[in-house]
Amino acid sequence: MTFLEQVLAILWKDIRCELRSKQTWMGMGLFALLVLVIFNFAFDLRVDNKAAIAPGALWVAFVFASLLGLGRTIAAEREKGLMDRLLLCPVDRKAIYLAKLLGNLLFIGVVELVALPVFAALFNVPLFAGSLLPIVLLGTLGIASVGTLFSAIASATQARELLLPLLIFPLIVPVVIGAVRATGALMVPAANEPPWLGLITAFDVIFLSISMLTFEFVVEE
Amino acid sequence: MNHPYLEVTGLKKSYGFKPILRGIDLSVEPGQCMALLGANGAGKTTLLRILAALTSPGAGTVRIGGLDLARDAHQARRLVGFVAHQPYLYDELTALENLLFFGRLYSVRRCKERAGVLLERVGLAKRAGERTSALSRGQAQRLALARALLHEPRLLLLDEPDTGLDEEGIALLETLLQEHRQAGGAILLTTHHLERALLWSERIGLLSGGRLTYQSETGGLEAGSVREVYQEALR
Amino acid sequence: MALAKHETGIEQRDAGHTSKRKDAHFPYISLLLGVLSFTGMLVSICMIFLYAPMDAVQGEPQRIFYFHVPMAWLGMLGFGVVAAAGIGYLITKDERWDWAARASAELGAIFITLALVTGSIWGETIWGTWWTWDARLTTTLILWFIYISYLMLRSYLGRTPSSARAGAVLAIIGIIDVPIIYESVNWWRTLHPAQQVGVAGALPPSVVLTLMISLASFTLFYTFLMIQLYQLQRLQTLAQRLRAHLM
Repeated sequence: MTFLEQVLAILWKDIRCELRSKQTWMGMGLFALLVLVIFNFAFDLRVDNKAAIAPGALWVAFVFASLLGLGRTIAAEREKGLMDRLLLCPVDRKAIYLAKLLGNLLFIGVVELVALPVFAALFNVPLFAGSLLPIVLLGTLGIASVGTLFSAIASATQARELLLPLLIFPLIVPVVIGAVRATGALMVPAANEPPWLGLITAFDVIFLSISMLTFEFVVEE
Repeated sequence: MNHPYLEVTGLKKSYGFKPILRGIDLSVEPGQCMALLGANGAGKTTLLRILAALTSPGAGTVRIGGLDLARDAHQARRLVGFVAHQPYLYDELTALENLLFFGRLYSVRRCKERAGVLLERVGLAKRAGERTSALSRGQAQRLALARALLHEPRLLLLDEPDTGLDEEGIALLETLLQEHRQAGGAILLTTHHLERALLWSERIGLLSGGRLTYQSETGGLEAGSVREVYQEALR
Repeated sequence: MALAKHETGIEQRDAGHTSKRKDAHFPYISLLLGVLSFTGMLVSICMIFLYAPMDAVQGEPQRIFYFHVPMAWLGMLGFGVVAAAGIGYLITKDERWDWAARASAELGAIFITLALVTGSIWGETIWGTWWTWDARLTTTLILWFIYISYLMLRSYLGRTPSSARAGAVLAIIGIIDVPIIYESVNWWRTLHPAQQVGVAGALPPSVVLTLMISLASFTLFYTFLMIQLYQLQRLQTLAQRLRAHLM
């Protein structure tokens, strides 16, 4: 079985199991909406300062949604030895990582898909789906690539929900800065803006590779 | 025929700082079945987990079918079928879907056919479309057996396979083990049941305090003589 | 100085694979480093307060510079050592690499904390605020967080091989991330130029000399402390192993 086939087989299995258990994905969509509504009250978005705050508000919502999505992987592995079923088979550990990553991306993506139109409506921000999409995609990929690796690490501890954000937040700072600034630059184009998308892409490439390569050390006993 | 299929030399393992296995040497020939007995916590499960390449040993070597487990773990995994305490199945998937999934990962050819045959063999053909969470403990155990046999492994590792099985299930297990031996496969199983161990296997071993304190061929052994040694080890 | 010289009889009887190794005790190197760093520190302090010229713009408080820079440098170096030792552990699976990693993590965390504190104090004297989000201070803060998350992770996972592997992976990702973090904060800062904590312009040779001496003696001090902490890690591991044997 080729590498790609292994990834897809595991991913498809994860999706089926998740859909049939019906636990997390509904809650996540609602969560994103709630966060945005609360932001509406928390930040005073008048016309003049809207452009400054809106990108930040959006990305805080996305970061928390990502954390929730990653947390579901941890919750699933709470029973010790849940990975054993997969580790028993002659399947490439990198394929397991990629499948988990894609699964996480899908679930976070569902939330973001719900959140974006609502964001545009609530804050009266024009939804420029074309150019916003790469930023959202690449930014989420950055968060999820590191997050998938560390959710595997944190799942072995007792204080996993505390440890995961502690591990991830410092590391994804470049992605957060880049994504917020890139989103802001879309709303209010500025001259001499640094290549934020390039930074995020570089981050994604580097840390996706490293996470994929080091995953087996983390997940095997 | 004289090369053992499974060869374990000087196997040691500690969890944290607590030593569980303190140097195990054993071997199983093709077509042979070896049974390991021992108290709970003696290290039987740990030993099987190492042989199934789920845990790495602290020291020692394991050779399966001539392959060094440390170096060629992936190839070795194809040769091993493991039935553990937990069924290692996905609750939300049906019995058939479980077999198909694992079949894909093991690159089993004509997977659908094979899965159907195995489900028939373990008596779960009627429940193929049911979710695993709906199966009873005994049925899940049978499904686990089917999963272990799916890729035609040469070495079967079974951790107390008789627990949770009814009379019919145990008879089925015995037949399956017999068939596997006749096909030239090797078996290593653990059990608490001394009589069954003597009945099913050619070699018997006693694991106590992390060491194999007793090893012997079963041919001609009387249950009584072994029982004393067994009781001693359990204390 | 924690010079571990004695091995107990039980430890040598231990069937573990450690009994055949010669665990290095470094007593002579340790002594040499101790003396060197002590003299180095003395010389540094004299030079910092007596030799280095007073800064025209910032005045006396600028001398914090000679403490802040080495501490920030050691914070960075410390994490580099954690990552390198982590890689060493992943390759060799020898627990001694992990001892070095843990030692450097503890040591580096202290230095980075001091760097933050001195940086903050220095900023206060220049700008009147205890914190500015300038690129260097911010990156130092984030590195501090990474250190803390490393120490917490190791603490939660204990002294097991999987703990060592997890720590190694965290350190590898962290060390590669730090330059990227610095750049991204830098770019962010250029859009909102704010107070910078540092010295501007070309530095006169006396300043450079004092700084170099200070860097050198602090680094010697770091190496000396590393050996002590490494021994401490080694002893802690052996103690736990003994305890487990006796239970």
